[in-house]
Amino acid sequence: MITQVKTRCQQLLMKLNTFVSIDRDFTWFDWLLLCAAVFSALIVGVLFIFLLYFTLPLFLEGKAAELFSAHWRPFHGEFGILPMVAGSLALALCSLSIAYPVGLGICLFIHGLGPEKLGRVVLLIIHFMTGIPTVIYGFVAAFVLVPFLRNAFAAGSGFSLLAAALTLSVLIVPTIVLLIHSQLQQISPALRLTATTLGISRIDELFHITLPAASYSLFAAAVLGFGRAVGDTLIALMVAGNAAQFPDSAFDSIRALTAHIALVVATDSQSSLYHSLFASGVILFITTAMVNITLNRLRARFVTSVVND
Amino acid sequence: MIKGYRFLLLSWVWLSVLALVSVVAGFLTFIIHCGLPSVDLHLFFGDTPVWSAILGQARVWDALWPACVGTFLVIVLAAFMAIPLGVGCGIYLAQYASPPFRKIVSFNVELLAGTPSIVMGLFGFSLILFLRKTFLPQANTCLFLSAGCLALLILPYLIFTTQTALENIAQNQRLVGPSLGFNRLQTLLHVLLPAASKGIFGGIVLAVGRAAEDTAVIMLTGVIANAGLPRGVFGNFEALPFRIFYLAAEHRNQAELDSAYGTAFVLLCVVGVLFTGAYALHKTMEWRWTKH
Repeated sequence: MITQVKTRCQQLLMKLNTFVSIDRDFTWFDWLLLCAAVFSALIVGVLFIFLLYFTLPLFLEGKAAELFSAHWRPFHGEFGILPMVAGSLALALCSLSIAYPVGLGICLFIHGLGPEKLGRVVLLIIHFMTGIPTVIYGFVAAFVLVPFLRNAFAAGSGFSLLAAALTLSVLIVPTIVLLIHSQLQQISPALRLTATTLGISRIDELFHITLPAASYSLFAAAVLGFGRAVGDTLIALMVAGNAAQFPDSAFDSIRALTAHIALVVATDSQSSLYHSLFASGVILFITTAMVNITLNRLRARFVTSVVND
Repeated sequence: MIKGYRFLLLSWVWLSVLALVSVVAGFLTFIIHCGLPSVDLHLFFGDTPVWSAILGQARVWDALWPACVGTFLVIVLAAFMAIPLGVGCGIYLAQYASPPFRKIVSFNVELLAGTPSIVMGLFGFSLILFLRKTFLPQANTCLFLSAGCLALLILPYLIFTTQTALENIAQNQRLVGPSLGFNRLQTLLHVLLPAASKGIFGGIVLAVGRAAEDTAVIMLTGVIANAGLPRGVFGNFEALPFRIFYLAAEHRNQAELDSAYGTAFVLLCVVGVLFTGAYALHKTMEWRWTKH
C-alpha cells in the first residue's frame, strides 16, 4: 500500500518536473529563474482574488442587486454602477468607430496607396505617437478641443462623450495601425509579387487579395483597440465630464468606469462606496480578460487556417 | 463607375493620413508654443535658491523639482523590482520552459499586460486596505506601493522583450556555448545574454518610459499634490504626470496654467527621449538579425 502511494507520488513529481522542466543540472540560478516565472504567472491571479475579496461583502449583504441599479446617488444610499458601464461602453465603441476607419486608411497608405517615402514618415509618426503620455492628450483636449466644441455647437460645457471619444481615438489609432501593419508586412511581399505578375493593380490587390488574407489582424485590431479604449483612465477623467448618467447624445457628459474608480477613491471613504469601487474593478478586469481570450482564439483560428492552406 | 469607387477609396486613405498628420502637428505646436516659453529655472525651482533646493535644505513651492525627484525615485524603484523578475521570467520562458508551462505563463502575463492601469492602482489600494484590517493598522499609500504597482504594470513588457530577444538568437550562435564545453549557466551568461543584451536593454528603456508616463496607477497609490520631496520610501510624493492632471483641473491663475504647460512639455521630452532610445535599440537589433 505504502509503496504504491510512494510510486504514485514519484510519478506525479516526475510529471511536475517535466512540466516546469527541472532536470538533474538544475542549479540555484535556474531555481531563481523558475521562481521569477512562477511569480509572474501567479501575480495576475492574486490581483483578481484581491478585487473579488473586496467585492464579496456586497454579495454577502445581499446588496448585489443595488449595484446594478440605474442610479448613482451616494447621498441617497444608491450605488448603481450601470450608468458607468454604459458610459464606458459608449465611449469605447464611439472612439473605435472613429479610429478604426482612420487606422485602416493609414495602413493602406503605408502599404502601397501612398508614396513609399511618405508612408515611412507616417509610420515613424505612428511610432512616435505610442510614446505620448495619455495625461498630455487629456490636457491638450481639455484646453483646445473642449472649448472648440463648446463654441462650435453651443451645447453645454463641451466636456462630453464626443470630446472624449475624439481624444481617445487619437490614442488608439497607433494600436490599430501597428497591429494591421505587422501582419501586412508579413504577407504582403509574396502576394504583391503574384498580383503584379498577374497584372492586378495595387488598389485591387489590396482590397481583393491582401486585406481578405489579413482578416485576423483586421479583427484583432478592433478587439485590441476596444480593450485599450475601455482601459484608459486619464482621457475619460479629464474630458468626458464625469456626470453619472446614461448617455443620450454625443454632447452628454458621461462617466467611464475607470474615471469612476479614480473619482471615488479621491473623494470618499464610505464603506458601501468602496465595495462598488471594487465591483467596477472586477468588471474592467473581466472585460480586458475577455479581450485577451478573444485575441487568443482569433490567433489560434488564424494559425490553423494557415496550416490547412 | 469603377473610377468613382477608386476615387472614393483614395480620398478616404489620403484624408485619414491628413487627419493624423494635422492632429499630431497641431498637438505638438500647441505644447511647444504654450510650454516652451515657461521652461526656465523658475518653473523647476520657484523662488527657492537652486542649490539649497537640490540639496533639500529649503522646501520648493509651486515648482517642478519635487515632482521630478518623485518621478525619478518611483521609476528607479519600480525598475529595481521589475527588472530581475521580468528578465528572469523571460529567460525561463525562452530557454527552459516546456510548451504547456510556457503557454500557461504566457497567457497569464498577457492577461497582466491587458489589465488597465487603474485596476493595477486599485489592487495597490486594496492591499493597503487589507493591511490596515489585518496586521498593520497604520499602513498608508506611499512611494513604495506606487513603485510596486508600476512594477506590475511594466513587468509584461520586460518579459516579452527578453523572451523575443533570446528566441531570435541564431542557432549557430546558440551552439557556441556547448561546443566550448560551457554548462547551461555559462552559455547563458557568456553567449546568449550578451547577444540579446540590446533587445533586453531596449525593453527596459521602453518599460521605464511606460512607468514615467502612467498616471492612473500612482493616483490611487500615494501621489499627492503638494507633498514636497518624498520623506523616504514610505512617504507620499509628487510626480510629473500627476502634476499636469492636478493643475489642469485645479489651476487658480494663469501662472499655474503656464506651469502646467511647462510640465507637459518637460514630460513629453522625457518620455520622447526614452521611447526614441528604445525604438533605436530595437531597430539596430532588427538590423543585426537581418544581417545574419
